[in-house]
Amino acid sequence: MPPEERQLLLDDRALARTLLRMAQDIVRQTPDPAHLVLIGVQRRGVELAARLAAAITDLSGAEVARGAMDITLYRDDLEVVGPKPIVGPTRLPVDLDGRPVWIVDDVLFTGRTVRAALDELADFGRPARVGLAVLIDRGRREVPIQADVVGERVTTSADDRVEVFVRELDGRDAVELVHVVKVGA
Amino acid sequence: MSPALGKDLLGLESLAADDIRLILDTAEPFKEISERAIKKVPVLRGKTIVNLFFEPSTRTRISFEFAEKRLSADTVNVASPGSSVLKGETLVDTARNLEAMRIDMVVIRHGSSGAAKFLADRIQSNVINAGDGKHEHPTQGLLDLLTIRDRRPIEGAKVCVVGDVLHSRVARSNIWGLLKLGARVAACGPRSLLPLGIGELGVRVFRRIEEAIEWADVLNVLRLQLERMQAGYVPSLREYYRVFGVTLERLARAPRELLILHPGPMNRGVEIDSRVADGPHSVILDQVTNGVAVRMAALYLLAGGRPELAEAAKGGGDR
Repeated sequence: MPPEERQLLLDDRALARTLLRMAQDIVRQTPDPAHLVLIGVQRRGVELAARLAAAITDLSGAEVARGAMDITLYRDDLEVVGPKPIVGPTRLPVDLDGRPVWIVDDVLFTGRTVRAALDELADFGRPARVGLAVLIDRGRREVPIQADVVGERVTTSADDRVEVFVRELDGRDAVELVHVVKVGA
Repeated sequence: MSPALGKDLLGLESLAADDIRLILDTAEPFKEISERAIKKVPVLRGKTIVNLFFEPSTRTRISFEFAEKRLSADTVNVASPGSSVLKGETLVDTARNLEAMRIDMVVIRHGSSGAAKFLADRIQSNVINAGDGKHEHPTQGLLDLLTIRDRRPIEGAKVCVVGDVLHSRVARSNIWGLLKLGARVAACGPRSLLPLGIGELGVRVFRRIEEAIEWADVLNVLRLQLERMQAGYVPSLREYYRVFGVTLERLARAPRELLILHPGPMNRGVEIDSRVADGPHSVILDQVTNGVAVRMAALYLLAGGRPELAEAAKGGGDR
């Protein structure tokens, strides 16, 4: 393992503040929040969507429908990476037709995950509008996709990793940038 | 070659417990795809799969075909009724001709034990065994495991295979899979239809169905092939039902709620009472539903993937 440098991007309080601001942005951009559906991309996107939904309910009083989506089967790189062993569940409990739908993911990077999520969404219905909310936008897109709501923008190099930790799965809330130090280069 | 499972799925005997669990876990999210309005995901788009059936089969072939289509693969069915003898040259020539048309996978059903492995050793495409002679029927074994696991933990479950174990590839795949996942396994049937030395596998033998019912949590009731009667293995179907039939009256005396599986097609009134087949303990139709999910999982895990590129691609995706 090459040595790594870890940098804290968001601690638990900063993460909570960022999610609150994202919830406000989503409400501002959704004329009809009562019909809103938030769909988290497995895995961390699902937890973030749950928190955003709770925050939006606090802000607007509206109950927010939630779903979860695993986009593994819609990826364009099965040939290259081989099957990712465990595919997570996709649960879209409400009819999406005519509703404002937001895709929620933790990190926006190449954009390929979102491309796959849009394809999968189209198999489930025809939302009135689809928005994209991401906690971290780390740049370096490979397809022309941009988010409507961004928690934090970070400049990264291709080898860096952005790791999002959530209480529900990891026991703590934090976002860290992991920079791989090249040795002998 | 897939890093997940190897090139072929030939039987459960050769799989590790973790491989079996991987297939069952992967089948879980695939169940949901069949409940969607649009029952299709693009994961095997562009893959060509040949279903090569040298023996008649309705359920298994349709189940594989649904699984393939729901993963967006292109499928061709080749049904060749005829010889149950393995004509090596013919089988390999058929497969090589198909490979020359650039296929990716073969699902094979053949009357000879070992036919799937014979083929897998000679072609580059992935091979899935859909039943070879009396040897194995791994996807049936997997769907039975999934159906049991939906209702109760497999580890520690007492499962009795009832009927013609001797000629049954379903029984063999079941026994291997169940033992590997920590179940306790028994067999019950006429002496003439139980293989010699079955006890050496760690399988308990019951001569009377009443004893099996008293012991078991799960009964997997095998189909009695009607030609077995002509061959003298059982005196008559009515006699078989009287002695080994899984009836409502017998189940009523069970000390606990049993789960009843049957691989189909059923002979109602021979190995199983209609009231049991359609009753609350029966998970026979769940088996059929799970069959599609398990086959989707097996196809997905075998397909695609060039591991030599996987490392290079790791840094590339959103994750």
